[in-house]
Amino acid sequence: MSAPARAWAWLRHNALLIYAGLAVTYMLIPIFVIAIFSFGDTPKDKLTYALGNGFTFEYWETMFSLPELNEALFTSLRLAFFSTLIATAIGTAMAIALVRHKFRGRHVSNLLIVIPMATPEVVIGASLLSMFIYYSFSLGFTTLLIAHVMFSISFVVVVVRSRLIGFDRKLEEAAADLYASPFTTFRTVTLPLLAPGILAAGLLAFALSIDDFVISNFNSGTTVTFPLYVYGVSLRGIPVQVNALATLLFLVAVIAAGLVVWQQRRAEKMAAVRPETEAKPVTA
Amino acid sequence: MSLRQRSVPYWLLAPGLLWLILFFVVPMYFMGELALRSGSVTTGFTLTWEWSNFGDSLSGHTEQILRSVFYAGTATLLALLIAYPLAYAIAFRAKRFQLLLLFAVVAPFFTTYLIRTIAWKTILSDSSPVVSVLQTLQLVPQDGRVLATSGAVIAGLTYNFLPFMILPLYANLERLDGRLIEAAKDLYSSSTQAFLRVTLPLTMPGIVAGVLLTFIPAFGDYVNAQLLGGTGQAMVGNVIQSLYLSQRAYPEAAALSFLMMALILAVVTIYIRFAGTGAFMGDEEEAK
Repeated sequence: MSAPARAWAWLRHNALLIYAGLAVTYMLIPIFVIAIFSFGDTPKDKLTYALGNGFTFEYWETMFSLPELNEALFTSLRLAFFSTLIATAIGTAMAIALVRHKFRGRHVSNLLIVIPMATPEVVIGASLLSMFIYYSFSLGFTTLLIAHVMFSISFVVVVVRSRLIGFDRKLEEAAADLYASPFTTFRTVTLPLLAPGILAAGLLAFALSIDDFVISNFNSGTTVTFPLYVYGVSLRGIPVQVNALATLLFLVAVIAAGLVVWQQRRAEKMAAVRPETEAKPVTA
Repeated sequence: MSLRQRSVPYWLLAPGLLWLILFFVVPMYFMGELALRSGSVTTGFTLTWEWSNFGDSLSGHTEQILRSVFYAGTATLLALLIAYPLAYAIAFRAKRFQLLLLFAVVAPFFTTYLIRTIAWKTILSDSSPVVSVLQTLQLVPQDGRVLATSGAVIAGLTYNFLPFMILPLYANLERLDGRLIEAAKDLYSSSTQAFLRVTLPLTMPGIVAGVLLTFIPAFGDYVNAQLLGGTGQAMVGNVIQSLYLSQRAYPEAAALSFLMMALILAVVTIYIRFAGTGAFMGDEEEAK
């Protein structure tokens, strides 16, 4: 086979993978742009970012020098922390009930969990605002927390639930055979094995909360979260520090996600959760 | 089972269901009620059973509603065309790159939605090299812009909701039994035939789930139209946002938002009747 023919054959064989590489690059473009522009020496009076003046570490060094940005970020972190805590606890309990128990009203419960995920954010934000207006409830941190927990619950249930479905119940039976009380079994067997799933759900809830703009925009009152701050300044030009901060947050998220994947792999190696083996996972 | 044991699932569910009922279902009621009021911010809104609010909110914003359908529809179609081969490649061809590719698909979620969209604003701005390349290729007129056009909004929607299309498609393709395709080939079908008559029908559930998960948020979105569009690209989401937050014309805004919810609820209910809640829950167990 001649060289061009070989090249053509190789190309044909790998066309789909090459396409996948290109498509994925497209998905990553904004992330690269954000990272690159965080090093761009942008003149202070410019509305759009510029790279023409060379690169600088200035904006990484002064990342936390804008009081308004700091305050917004702190509010977001605080909000995400409490919202994650509440949503993960409530959602995990729901997932356990749905997978481990048979009961009347299952179908309705499933619907109630699924529909919020399929509702446009603008409708969720608007309906909550309608209720808060009716009760003349003052908007702020509390209303944001209510909203964030609400939209996070469904996602927590989905993640923990998928973990529970691939769960080998024999381990719990073994604990029970060894005279462990149900509570001891739950605390020493179920919970540790479920931990990676709960952790993943918690991280997702945290990410959803810290990222939310639309629903927060309706229910924030004068409280400013990180995305709301970004939106507020976007009209008069966003400080380059935002790009540096976004890149930092991205790296933290990547590391956190990497840890979760690593932990899940390890848990699977411990042979506790084996969705693929013949030990058929117990599903309700 | 004792009564105590039987009540266990309800105790586990109670806090979550209560939260969802109080802060998802009940607010929908108040939105419906607000839609039937009349008045203004200064005089206050009184309940006058103003049913005409619903009709008025539709007829007053027909343009934006149709535009939303068109933008979200086009974005969904584009996302499907981009996502299907990608999901297929990840499921069947990627091998050792699989985890890496999957990671890249969800990576955009690790940066703020708003900041990603603003990054696209930078990329598509008038002075950006991307735009001059498009101009050189004559895909955009020499003096034309990309930002503040329908194209920019559709591109933004496609980009932002692409993972919602890829993930259900991938989940579906990954479960596909490769032996079925082999069987088709053994029976002398061409690759194209095997794809059209085996792979495609078997991945229909993934396609439908992906289309719903992409179209619904794209239809209600207002961030892309606001940041990437100009004055002539407003969508329903922009109208609702502006009526609620700037003009404070609550009844009209509530009516429009309520109708949007009703429409989506109808579509999702029909879908769940046929396919179960499995696609949203990420497994087949709940599929009926």
